[in-house]
Amino acid sequence: MSFGQCSNNASYRYRSLVIGMLSLVSLLGVAACSQNNEKNSPTGHSSSISGVIYCSESNPGFFNPQIDTSSTTSDASAHQIYNRLLDFDAQTGRIIPGLATSWLVSKDGLTYTFQLRRNVAFHTTEYFQPTRNFNADDVIFSFQRWLDESHPYHHINGGLYPYFDSLNLAQTIKSVKRINGYRIEISLFQRDSSFLANLATDFAAILSAQYAQHLSILNKPSDIDFLPIGTGPYQFKEFRKDQFIRFTQHPQYWQQTERPQQLIFDITPSSSLRFAKLVTGECDTIAYPSQTEIEVMQANPKIIVQEAPGLNIGFWAFNTSKAPFKDPKVRRALALAIDKSTILDAIYFNSATRARSIIPPASWAFSADIPDLNYNPVKARQLLKEAGYSNGFNMNLFAMPVVRDYNPDARRMAELIRTYLAEISVTVDIQTSDWDKFRSDLSTGKHDSVLIGWSADNGDPDNFYRPLLTCAAIPSGTNRAMWCHPEFDATVNAAIATDDIDERKAFYQTANEIIAREIPLMPIAHAYRYSVHNDNIQGLTINPYGGIRFANVRESR
Amino acid sequence: MLTTLLRYFNLIVITLFILLLISFSLAFFFPGEPYTNLTGNILLEETVGPLAQAFREGNIFQQFWYYAKNLSMGDWGVSFSTALPLYDKIFQTLPATLELTFYAATLSLFIGIPCGMLAGFLHHKKTDYTFMSMSMVMVSFPVFWLALLLILIFSLQLNLLPMSGRLSLLYDIPETSGFVLIDIINSTVPYRYAAFYDAIQHLILPTIAVSFITTAVFLRTTRRAIVDVMATEYIKTAQTRGLPFYVIFSRHVLRNAMLSILPLFAIQISTLVTNVMIVETVFSWPGIGHWLIQAIYERDYPAIRIGMLLVSSIVVFFAMSLECISRLIDPSRGNKQYA
Repeated sequence: MSFGQCSNNASYRYRSLVIGMLSLVSLLGVAACSQNNEKNSPTGHSSSISGVIYCSESNPGFFNPQIDTSSTTSDASAHQIYNRLLDFDAQTGRIIPGLATSWLVSKDGLTYTFQLRRNVAFHTTEYFQPTRNFNADDVIFSFQRWLDESHPYHHINGGLYPYFDSLNLAQTIKSVKRINGYRIEISLFQRDSSFLANLATDFAAILSAQYAQHLSILNKPSDIDFLPIGTGPYQFKEFRKDQFIRFTQHPQYWQQTERPQQLIFDITPSSSLRFAKLVTGECDTIAYPSQTEIEVMQANPKIIVQEAPGLNIGFWAFNTSKAPFKDPKVRRALALAIDKSTILDAIYFNSATRARSIIPPASWAFSADIPDLNYNPVKARQLLKEAGYSNGFNMNLFAMPVVRDYNPDARRMAELIRTYLAEISVTVDIQTSDWDKFRSDLSTGKHDSVLIGWSADNGDPDNFYRPLLTCAAIPSGTNRAMWCHPEFDATVNAAIATDDIDERKAFYQTANEIIAREIPLMPIAHAYRYSVHNDNIQGLTINPYGGIRFANVRESR
Repeated sequence: MLTTLLRYFNLIVITLFILLLISFSLAFFFPGEPYTNLTGNILLEETVGPLAQAFREGNIFQQFWYYAKNLSMGDWGVSFSTALPLYDKIFQTLPATLELTFYAATLSLFIGIPCGMLAGFLHHKKTDYTFMSMSMVMVSFPVFWLALLLILIFSLQLNLLPMSGRLSLLYDIPETSGFVLIDIINSTVPYRYAAFYDAIQHLILPTIAVSFITTAVFLRTTRRAIVDVMATEYIKTAQTRGLPFYVIFSRHVLRNAMLSILPLFAIQISTLVTNVMIVETVFSWPGIGHWLIQAIYERDYPAIRIGMLLVSSIVVFFAMSLECISRLIDPSRGNKQYA
C-alpha cells in the first residue's frame, strides 16, 4: 500500500462511510428477518381471502368426467363442478340422494323414476349466466349426450364415453323420459342391480342443457367440456396448463354454505416437490403421496395422514387362452410358488391387506371363508409334475410401467416373482414398455402373465366381477386373464338380476369359490389409500369411490 | 459520439441478424418438417400465408425473408403442446424473468460494489482478505445447488419462506404489466397489502440465489479496478496535494474505476440470465427459463426456437448497450479506433 499519512486519515473517514452503508444494509436485512418472524408460516393466508390449495399431479384432459376416465379429470371436475343424481356416502358406501331427492324402482326392476331436487342453481360465470334452475331437461340432456349417437353433442370432443361404453350401459337403457319438470323415468331392457351405483359414479355428471343451447347458438359447442357449467360446490374460473386451476365458491350451492372462497389446484407433477410444498404450507393437501414418504409425513405434527383400506385389487393374471396356462393345475402351481407375505413387505411396505379373492374386505360381497393360497413350493413342483411339466417351462411376465395405488412397483414385484419361479424351474422373462404400448400388447394377448390391478369406481361388487373376469370383458380389454368361464358368467349375471342383498351375497360367494378353484389370476393385495393434509384444513376424507371431494373441506384458522 | 453509437447499432443489428439466421436454420436441424418447426402448424395444400407459399414453391431465401417478416409482425408461431400463440405466452413469462433479473442485479450492485470498494481501499488488509476469500467461496457455489440449499434451510427446515412460484395462488391479481409487484400496487383488490407482502417473501430466496455469484464477481471486479486506480500517478499527486479523501474518491477514483468496471459488467449479463433461468427451474418461478426447459422436455420445437432467439437477443441487446454506454462516457474513446 502506498498511502501517505494524510491518505490514511482519508481512508478512515471513508471507512466510516462504508461501514455506515454496510450497517444500513444489514439493518434492512434484520428488519426483513424480524418481519418474517412475525408470522410462522410463509404462506399464512391473510384473513381477507380464504382458499384451499390442492397440489395435483397433472393437467386434466377435460372438465367433464363423462368423456374421460382419467382420475386427474375426475379429481378436477367430478365433485367440484358437478353433481350427480345420486351419490355414495363416503363412510358406508350406501347410495344417498344427490340431485334426485328420491327414487322408485318398479317391481320388475326395469323402470326407475327419479324425483328431482328443486331450487338448484347452476353456476353464474363470466362466460354463461343461466336464467333457470336445474330441472328434468338437464338430466335428459346429460344422459342423451352419451346414449344417443345422433344427439348433437354426442360427437363433440371425441364422442367416446369410456366408462359407460365398458359397461354397455347405452345398450342397457331403453329410454330416458321426462314426466314433468322435476320427475324423470328411465327404463331398461334388462334388470341391472348395479344401475343405481353406476349413476352415482364420478362419470354420471349432470350438465346444463341451457348452457349447451347457448353454446350451440354461439357455434362453440366444444367449450362445454373446457369451460364447464355445473351445479357443484365450486365454479370454474381459470385454468393454466402446467400451472394452476382456479375455482371460486358457488354462492348458491344447494347443500351448505360454509366453504372457502376459492379452491385452487396447483399443478405439481413431481411427487417430492408436492411433499415439500406440503411441508412449507404452500399446499394444504397433495395428490398421491408416495408410500416411502408416508412415515416422514406421519412424524410431522402439522401434517395429518389418513389411511383407509382401498377398494382395489392388485393381482397377477395368467393368460388362460394360452398353453400351459389353460391348465388350472399349472396356474395353481405358479400361485403356490409365490410367497405373498414377502411381496406385501417388500413392495407395499405393509400398507396393504393380503388379498384372498378379487373382492376387498370392505365390500359386502367379501367372504372370509375363501381358502387362501399359502406358499408351498413342494406342492407347486408336484402339481407341475402332475400337469406334465416336471422340467418347467419359459414364460413372460408383463410388469405395469406406471405407479398405481394397487401396485406401487410392478417391476420389483416381477423380479421377486422371477426368483420364486426359478425354484420350481420356471424361467421368467420380464417385459415392460410404455403405458400405451403395454395396454395394446395386453389387448392383443401377447402376455403369458401380467401384474396389474383394478380400482373400483363404485361401491357395488359387480364393479369387480363383471369387468375383470367375464367373457364379455375380453374384447373391451379389462379381462386380462382372457378367461371365459360360462358357470362364472352365469353366476355373476344372476347376481345383478336381483335386488336382494342376501341372494346376491350367495351368488358372489359362489363366484369367489369358482375363482379360488380355477385361479385365473392370483390376487395379491388390496392396498390402502392415503390422504395427507395440513392441520389448517378439515373435512377432507378419502373418497373410496373415485375422485377427491372438496365440498365439505373448511379452513380452520 | 455519433460514430460510436452507429458502430454499436451496427454491431447489434449484425449480431441479431446472425441469431435470426441460426434460429431459422434450427428448424431444419430439428427432426420433422421445417415449416412445422417454424410455425407449429402443419403445411397443407390449403395452408395460407406467404411463408407457407414460400415453403411450397419458393427458395430458401424467400422462406427466410417471410420468416423474418412474420417475426417482426408478432406472428411467432404456435406451441406444439398447447397450440396457443407463442407471442402471448412469451409476453406472459418474460416479465417474470426480467423482474427477477432486475432485483438480483440491483442487489448484486448494491452489495458487490461497496464491498469491492472497501476491499480495494483496504488492499492487503484483513478486511480485504476476508472479502476475497468470501467471494471466492461464493463464486464457487453451483447455482442450482445453492438454490436447493436455500430451500432446504429456509423453507423446509426453518419454514420461513415459500419455495415455489412468485405469489401464493390464493391471491388472484389481474395481470396488467406482468411484473408482479407493479401489478399488485395497481390492482384494486382488498387484499393488496397481504399480496404484496407475500410476493416479497416469494422474491427473497430466488433473488439471493441469483445474486450470490454475481455479487462476488462484482466485488472482485470492483476491487481490482480500485486497486489499479489507486496505484496511478494522478491519485498519488492528488494525495500529496492534500486533497480530502471524498474529493479524491468522487472526482478521481470513482470515475476512473467505473470506466474499467462497466464493460466487465456487460459480460456478466449473460451469466446473470443463465443463472436466472436455472433458479427459475428450481423455484418453479413462472418465467421464460422454466417455460423453456419445459419446452425442451416436451420437444416443443417452435417454442425452443423462439425462446432461444429471444433470450439471446435480450442478452445481446443489454450487453451491447452497456458496453456502448461505457464507451460513450470514456473520455479516452477517441484514442480507441475499434469497438
